[in-house]
Amino acid sequence: MEKTKETYVLKMDNIAKEYSGNRVLKGVNLHIRPGEIHALMGENGAGKSTLMNILFGMPVIHSTGGFEGTIEVDGKQVNIDTPLKAMELGIGMVHQEFMLIPGFSVTENIKVGREISNPNLASRLFGRSMETLDYEAMDRDARKALKTIGLQIEEYVKVAGLPVGYMQFIEIARELDKTGIRILVFDEPTAVLTESEADRLLEAMRVISSQGIAIIFITHRLDEVMAVADGMTILRDGEFVARKEIKDTNVAEIAELMVGRKVEKLVDDNGEEDHRVIHDDEIAVSLRNYKVDMPGEQVKGIDLDIRKGEIFGIGGLAGQGKLGIPNGIMGLYKAEGEVRINGDLLDLNQLGDALEHKVAFVSEDRRGVGLLLDESIEQNIVFSAMQTNGKFLKKVAWMKLYDAAAAKAHAEKMVKTLDIRCTGIRQAAGSLSGGNQQKVCLARALTLEPDILFVSEPTRGIDIGAKKLVLEYLAKLNREQGMTVIIVSSELVELRSISDRIAIVSDGKLASILSPDASDAEFGLAMSGSRKGGH
Amino acid sequence: MNKKISDIIFKNKVVLLFLFLCVGATIASKQPLTFVIPELFTRIARNSFIVLSLIIPVVAGLGMNFGIVIGAMAAQVALFLTTYWGLTGIGGFLATVALATPLAVFFGYLIGVLFNHMKGNEMIGGLVLGYFAEGIYQLIFLFIFGGVIKMNNPTLMIATGVGVKNTIDLKDTVKYALDTVPMLTIVEVAFYLFLIGTVLSVLIKTVKKQEVNWKDTLLRMIAAAAIYAVTFIRPIEQFLSADRLLLLSAVEIACFGTVIWQAVKFARWRWNVKKLGMENLSRSAQFNRNRAIANVFLAVVVYALTYVPYLYNILIAVKLPVMTYLCIAALCGFNNILLKTRLGQNMRTVGQSRTVANAAGINVDRTRIIAMIFSTVLASWGQLIFLQNVGTLSTYGAHTQVGQFAIAAILVGGASIQKATNRQALLGIVLFHTLFIVSPLAGKELFGDPVIGEYFRVFVSYGVIAMALAMHAWKKVAKPKEQEQNQVEPGTAE
Repeated sequence: MEKTKETYVLKMDNIAKEYSGNRVLKGVNLHIRPGEIHALMGENGAGKSTLMNILFGMPVIHSTGGFEGTIEVDGKQVNIDTPLKAMELGIGMVHQEFMLIPGFSVTENIKVGREISNPNLASRLFGRSMETLDYEAMDRDARKALKTIGLQIEEYVKVAGLPVGYMQFIEIARELDKTGIRILVFDEPTAVLTESEADRLLEAMRVISSQGIAIIFITHRLDEVMAVADGMTILRDGEFVARKEIKDTNVAEIAELMVGRKVEKLVDDNGEEDHRVIHDDEIAVSLRNYKVDMPGEQVKGIDLDIRKGEIFGIGGLAGQGKLGIPNGIMGLYKAEGEVRINGDLLDLNQLGDALEHKVAFVSEDRRGVGLLLDESIEQNIVFSAMQTNGKFLKKVAWMKLYDAAAAKAHAEKMVKTLDIRCTGIRQAAGSLSGGNQQKVCLARALTLEPDILFVSEPTRGIDIGAKKLVLEYLAKLNREQGMTVIIVSSELVELRSISDRIAIVSDGKLASILSPDASDAEFGLAMSGSRKGGH
Repeated sequence: MNKKISDIIFKNKVVLLFLFLCVGATIASKQPLTFVIPELFTRIARNSFIVLSLIIPVVAGLGMNFGIVIGAMAAQVALFLTTYWGLTGIGGFLATVALATPLAVFFGYLIGVLFNHMKGNEMIGGLVLGYFAEGIYQLIFLFIFGGVIKMNNPTLMIATGVGVKNTIDLKDTVKYALDTVPMLTIVEVAFYLFLIGTVLSVLIKTVKKQEVNWKDTLLRMIAAAAIYAVTFIRPIEQFLSADRLLLLSAVEIACFGTVIWQAVKFARWRWNVKKLGMENLSRSAQFNRNRAIANVFLAVVVYALTYVPYLYNILIAVKLPVMTYLCIAALCGFNNILLKTRLGQNMRTVGQSRTVANAAGINVDRTRIIAMIFSTVLASWGQLIFLQNVGTLSTYGAHTQVGQFAIAAILVGGASIQKATNRQALLGIVLFHTLFIVSPLAGKELFGDPVIGEYFRVFVSYGVIAMALAMHAWKKVAKPKEQEQNQVEPGTAE
């Protein structure tokens, strides 16, 4: 199959894509050789999923104006405009969230949509859909596909009761069962697997690729990439960064490429002197043996002291646990260990205890946890403070009523200070752009008048101008009000431009605490370092 | 073991509750079973078909189809027209079916399209759609018939000539048209249909240049001819010339049939083992000895029970309309066979997860529309079967509660919004209608007023639907929690 090194089974060139004016892909190339395991890497929001959606001809691409660039499969230029077309070209996908039907048997799941059937009188009169299913032939095929990946289960059991690890394999078996499969995409397949299951999956990937099927392997885990991949493509912010052969590179280099070295000045030093006095013995947040059980972002025992009045950055690659830290403190996920806020012990089992201690949180999940999308900006800004602090309420006789005037005044002030672009404070939060939604979240957190503010991924999915404004405002809060600000972010650049110290979290543990002036290599090693030593 | 029993009880709580109610109300009504059972069988014949028409939409994930009301309306429009044209007997009935079917297909298509725009809210949508259709139905029957289309028939039309009368007597037209088809005719027609089918199959195969299995075809033809020939033997002919079958005979036939069927299965298995060897048999060709013995044993016991005088008296009191019951059996068979086809599997997939179905290249919307068309057509046939047995068409009332009663019946049988089977439908009809028969009488006995029983009946039919919906929601709430637990297994994420 492989004639020269330059034979590619898939060539995507200069792919660009815009979602309503927001360029999410800016001329990306992806070249895959037959039988190659090719890792596609990049932080969240780097454009991996958009690229895969283009490859699969998903409706979301074509209903938003299509894309630029060319796709070649086996040297022939193709136009993939529906998922069916992708399927016909032999492109398959193993989904991150399982596309399996629990009530169906393994066979039925493997053969879904492609059942084997025999003609009968009705089908001769009314067409193929009336054909009788041939369960035995389907079982045979299913057994064959399961054998290829070495999964020992009976093909007639229902999927419902099977362990999570098996489901992934059934998905793979389904893709393998499709005839003429040439390219198989694995979308973060190991994210939900235990270590031994993940190892088995990697083994199965090797077996599949040895049969000449190319694999696109989307993952955040560098050690897995090093273990199985032949080549890799790195994306960052929708841009093509590099295509590397694994044998020519190392973990530190990859980490560096993913995070990016381009230092842009995000916060202007407007000549203002730093008058803050930070004492090492005044601790705002103290964590001891702190663990959080947040799926995909597990924190596995961290000791950390954050000083009063500093801007503290928490960085690390996705899935390593940095997001778990604020979520655990706020009580959104189950956490254990000792957490002290200004010396007081926090009750981690009680939702809202952190709020009582004047800790506010701007969630990374704006649309899920952060905002009431159908409610007005005003409501979004005031409702937390109304619930926890009893603000914006006035007493009328024995009732506490909503103080519309006060709320309006406050919301308008916030809209002005944070420069929230909207038609008015009555506009629904869901209809705002990402950056403005983020500002609304921030406004709400600030309305609580916190001493300590956790901001998680403050600039995710917002444009550079808004980014700058948000970060500058955070810096201003810190300088003028002495608020302790803790920023959790995947973007090292923004952490380095604003923080006093940066903690790097890797594999749920604290890798090191670095000064923002530390070298790229130090950051790169910290992000991947403990992984190498770990196992 | 204890947990297992409590699990079973919990799972079947609705069925058990109603079983309990039925038995209690029957005893309280002080009616002999020789009254209740024949009444019940009449109602089973009337109502089963329309209840069974609910199964396909459930499988396809559309929930309980309140849209069957519209199928019933299509049937009534067709029935009115054929009555107006003066068509009678089985011919008139078939003409009505032929007229109702395209109407129902059209309405089913429209309902399907509408439901595709309101995925997840099909049930409430269907309910409201029923009220909407009711308005149009009244417009047609009260104004268009006679007002726009001139109709000159004083027995059908209101005296002014505009609008249709409240009740239409079907006694001289299609009453019992289907119920009274003699068994002999059924066998004859079945024989000719089989012949036509075989010939058609052979023809299509030859045209498409496919291989024809001549030996099999010939054998089948000979078997069919032999069965047909048997009907010419005098006593058998006499037996078959009736149109009703004693329940006693039906039970006897079922018992003998079971024994013979098990014997055939056993013989075929022996033959397969000899030919292919034990190991090469596929799972479906295995012979389950224990189950076969249990079946035969059951058949013998049931047969023996027919000699108990008390049961014997009941069994000879019931006369089954053969053709109607065959139609019901055929629909049960159709529901089963459909699920084993490509289309049926697509429906199941769509019903379980639209996302997965979409990803697998199944046309979700089309599949759902087909399911709605099937259901609406079957419902219209069901309504015709109901009306030909009742014998009067209450023009403005016959369809109004079809949806509620059918859905209540299937839910009583233990079906849910996601899962319904033939067995649940039939069991539901038995329980629900037993309650229907005895509750006014029980009310009269217990409270001296049959109206109280009547209230209870109405309360039950709506209450059951509400309860089933509540339990469905309850299950749904419980589910995501379980999934979460599964995901957060120790060590899963890293």
